[in-house]
Order: sequence, then structure tokens, then C-alpha cells
Amino acid sequence: MIRVQREDFDVGAEIERLTAGNHRVGGLCVFVGLVRDIAGGAPVGAMTLEHYPAMTEKQLADIDAEALTRWPLEKTLIVHRYGRLEPGDRIVLVAAASAHRQAAFDACQFLIDWLKTKAPFWKLEEGAEGAHWVEARDADDVAAARWDDPAAEAPVRAGPRA
Amino acid sequence: MKVLYFAWLREKAGLGEEDVAPPDTIRDVAGLIAWIRGRGGGPAEALADLAAVRVAVNQEFAALDHPVGAGDEVAFFPPVTGG
Repeated sequence: MIRVQREDFDVGAEIERLTAGNHRVGGLCVFVGLVRDIAGGAPVGAMTLEHYPAMTEKQLADIDAEALTRWPLEKTLIVHRYGRLEPGDRIVLVAAASAHRQAAFDACQFLIDWLKTKAPFWKLEEGAEGAHWVEARDADDVAAARWDDPAAEAPVRAGPRA
Repeated sequence: MKVLYFAWLREKAGLGEEDVAPPDTIRDVAGLIAWIRGRGGGPAEALADLAAVRVAVNQEFAALDHPVGAGDEVAFFPPVTGG
């Protein structure tokens, strides 16, 4: 499941809703991204996240579907915010629930790694010298690329779903 | 055909979206870019250096040789920085 919204989200409530009534879930892995107050050594006052709504929904749905194909998951969730955010604010939540922890850990990492290079969001940071667009990091491409070949990873693919 | 610009490309172009009607000889992304550059103005400046530009056709990432035509939605933007 995916959601793109301006408003904040409650991590506890999201987790509760994701696993409620599903007792096949034995492990849940959650990643929450927050706004830092420093970037590249310079203080950041706030940032504004711009996105391309129609494509964002499509890309996040594709990433979500890909995770469900690669790992034996019970549930997944991606929530991403847009608009103006201040240091300490939550930006993104990704979660993966599975019978066992390894699939949950791997899928959670996959979700955020792919999201960072495929979902059309752009950060405009407000610093002491005005606003500037954050540049993409090579390290994010490297992190995403290691999931490119499904055959090369996902050691927990085997085994039927309960 | 609808053309969209995001982030600094939107600022440089001076607009976020425009309806365009290039001639029938424009058949792919590369052709569309050349046509936009030929018109001049903000959009031409936004597309001056393609090294930091990504393209989507109908909300999917696309290469320069991806076909485009009437009714398509073509978006230009920098490498993404979400998450």
C-alpha cells in the first residue's frame, strides 16, 4: 500500500493498522526518514519537497509491487510527504511485514533504496545563503543498483507463503 | 502534447507546464528537445545541458530515443532526491 500526503503521520498508528488482525506476521521492519538540520556541513533551516503527483503514485506502486514479488511478505507500506518540512519532521515511512525477520529487513531496505532513486521527489533546502536544490548522490545509485538483479540476492525467496 | 518541468528546470523554464504542438516530424524525446531548444526562451535554457536532466514519458522514465506523439505527457526534471 502507498500514500503520498502533505500531513504528518503517526508511526505507531501506521504499524498498528498494518498488522492488525494478521497473525501470520512474525516480523515487521520499519524505516522512517527525518529532516536533518545540517547538509554537507551547512545548517539547513527547512526544506520543501516538490513532486510529480501522477508519476509518484505510479513509481511507488511499482516499487511496492516489486517488493511483494521478490519476498514472502504479508504487508508493505510506503508513506511519503511533500510540501515544506522542518528539521526533525518525518519525511517518509517504509515498512515490510513478513513471517520471518530476514524478508522484512531485506524488503524494507529495498523499498527505501529504490524509492530514493525512482520516485520523482526533489528537495529544495533553505540555508543561510538562500534556497538551493539538493543534488542526487552517487551513493544512492549504488545502494539502489545492488537490488537490480533479483537472482543475485533475496536469499529468503524460497518457501511457500503460509 | 503536454510538457512538464520540475524543480530547477521549472524555475529555469519559467513555467511548470505547457501544451505544445510540434510538427509531425518530431517523433522522439531527442527530437522534442531539439524543437524546444529551437524555440528559445526559458524552456530552451532549462534543456541546455542534458547531463543533469531526466525524462519521463507518460509517467515512466524514458530514454532520448523513446517515441513521443500527440496526447503524450513528457516531463523533464533533475535526478530525484526523495526519501
